[in-house]
Amino acid sequence: MPLAALIALGAMAMPAMASGVASDVTSAESPGGIIEPIIFYIVAAVAVISAIGVCVTQNIVRMTVWLFGALGSAALLYFLLAANFIAAIQLIVYAGGTLVLLVFGVMLTSKSPWVRYDTPKLEMAGAAVVCLALVVTLCLLLIRATWAGTVSVVPGAAVADIGRKLITVYLVPFEIAGVLLMIVMVAAAHLARQEK
Amino acid sequence: MLTIGLEHYLVVGAVFFCAGLFTMMTKRNAIGILIGVELVLNSANINLVAFDRYLGPGRLDGQIVALFVIVLAAAEAALAVGICINLYKNLSTVDVDRANTLRG
Repeated sequence: MPLAALIALGAMAMPAMASGVASDVTSAESPGGIIEPIIFYIVAAVAVISAIGVCVTQNIVRMTVWLFGALGSAALLYFLLAANFIAAIQLIVYAGGTLVLLVFGVMLTSKSPWVRYDTPKLEMAGAAVVCLALVVTLCLLLIRATWAGTVSVVPGAAVADIGRKLITVYLVPFEIAGVLLMIVMVAAAHLARQEK
Repeated sequence: MLTIGLEHYLVVGAVFFCAGLFTMMTKRNAIGILIGVELVLNSANINLVAFDRYLGPGRLDGQIVALFVIVLAAAEAALAVGICINLYKNLSTVDVDRANTLRG
């Protein structure tokens, strides 16, 4: 199991993903595995620190850097969950596409990247109280909850299964997503055009 | 403690959600609010993939819905950045408090 978890972390290589080498990575009940919990706690710590970094920093450039850490560690969490395809898509689309788009947005919308938009202290305190209360409540609820359904260990699915399901069961949402992407492309080009 | 279960991933998702919520509530920069939205969408994705792994293994429904969330997030980011650039062209700032031209 530990070896499989390490393979999963290195499973960026397409052949490993396609053949589903790292498919049975996370066994939910593997008391013997010590490496996997360690990797999880490291990745989760990076994810949590990055997420908190996003919300405490006032500098928009630093926010994007912290967001990169959060998105990357979320991709590593997907690898640990044996969702190799989602992890790869997360890295390609989110970290590679959306984040670069946000960086371009930052660069195009400020005279200087160090410009600050200050928030009133009272407002910050109120938001902090609300969010801390929410996160503590959610964590207490989630830790105490018992989930219906069995936690069973099955090998993770191959990428081919996702593709097959996407064009059979999920065909209509798939097509709608395609139409939506085309509409968004036209709309974004229209919004960003140069005024004559 | 040494067995990683569903709740571990859900706690990470909860922290992501609250961090994104706080970002959306406190930032004045429109791009900063967009970053908060991305964090919230990521927390949804972590929850979807974790539930898919632990409660419906092999069914893949959670993973496919997570794919749709990623598509929607990319589309939303593209449009929102376009709107922010237009806002900057018109007001020379992306401070959302100053985008009040339509107010009566």
